[in-house]
Amino acid sequence: MGVTSLSSTGSCKIQLGATCNCSHACVLIQGEITLQFFQMAQQTSAWRRYMQAFISGFFVAVPVTVTLLDKLAYVARVEGASMQPFLNPDVGAQCDVVLLNRWSVKNYHVQRGDIVSVVSPRNPKQKIIKRVIGLEGDFIRTLGYKNQYVRVPDGHFWIEGDHHGHSLDSNSFGPVSVGLLHGRASHIIWPPNRWQHIKPSLLPNRELLYTEEDGE
Amino acid sequence: MFRSMLGKALGLVGYTIQYGCIAHCAFEYIGEFVVCSGPSMEPTIVNHDVVFSERMSRHLFKIQKGDIVIAKSPFDPNMNICKRVIGLEGDKICTSAQSDLFKTHTFVPMGHVWLEGDNLRNSTDSRNYGPIPYGLIRGRVCLKVRQPSVHPIGRQHSTGGPATTSDEITGFLMRSNASLKAV
Repeated sequence: MGVTSLSSTGSCKIQLGATCNCSHACVLIQGEITLQFFQMAQQTSAWRRYMQAFISGFFVAVPVTVTLLDKLAYVARVEGASMQPFLNPDVGAQCDVVLLNRWSVKNYHVQRGDIVSVVSPRNPKQKIIKRVIGLEGDFIRTLGYKNQYVRVPDGHFWIEGDHHGHSLDSNSFGPVSVGLLHGRASHIIWPPNRWQHIKPSLLPNRELLYTEEDGE
Repeated sequence: MFRSMLGKALGLVGYTIQYGCIAHCAFEYIGEFVVCSGPSMEPTIVNHDVVFSERMSRHLFKIQKGDIVIAKSPFDPNMNICKRVIGLEGDKICTSAQSDLFKTHTFVPMGHVWLEGDNLRNSTDSRNYGPIPYGLIRGRVCLKVRQPSVHPIGRQHSTGGPATTSDEITGFLMRSNASLKAV
């Protein structure tokens, strides 16, 4: 039986009595090679390799995923009936899943008629999804707000759910600050028969009274 | 030769993306350095002070009364304000000036906070525009950087010495959109 040296990345076989000049750690087994020791040595190095790969992958995958979810896109399930009949039209069926585009709102630019998700002003742990009715400077006729006509202040916007009466929106808590904007719903991605691109559109009875925008 | 250059370029792009993502996660979830400008938080924070604001309290919803927070301005989401939290949701706030005979009170609504600057005479805050939603808060100020050492900012009032305007502080990362103005 000769001397076999095992290294972590391969094996270098040397003759009995010679010295091993390789740079990696070698385990020299003289005489009879016991099968158990051989297997244990292999397992230790495999375990360490696995842990190293896992840790390095973890530190790459988690920040990249978190950054993607924060900056690019986010998938969310719509719950509730406040955007019927556009989202969740059947009460008994499964809920719609929408793709929220976070890149397009990074400069806080939204259009009237967009469906957006905002951090709820009543409960910061929750996000609500509504339609933008008016931007800053617009005059709105409200449905059930304390004032019948409202001018949307600077840096705010007016959001409403399509299903009036079943919706907690600006008609309850007033204009919402644009800083709470979270994302713009761009596609419905589930269920597959409702797959569509969401275009900004206003309901016919929710048009503005007047807007202060240049060139109206 | 072209292949090796392409390989190196791709490797560089990969590393940039990886470290960019790690930096984004650090700024978003751990903390960032912020340059403050304006007189509304004197004497605690003066013009051109550099402070460190940590993000964990905001994400874990542990902001408390007396904290100094950095929040997005309710009237311009690209601007930030730096004020002290005077009341959380449900608290009763006295809104009348000290000279008034009859005191008026308001209650802070659900999901909102009441902010006031330390320099009450020269600060526009919740006394002018009302309570702001909690979702606009970005982080809690916990350290003020003043050469040659850092010193912590306490909950109620700072116990530091006279504030000095700080000079160039090298080696700190500052976000380009994080300069504050007292509004």
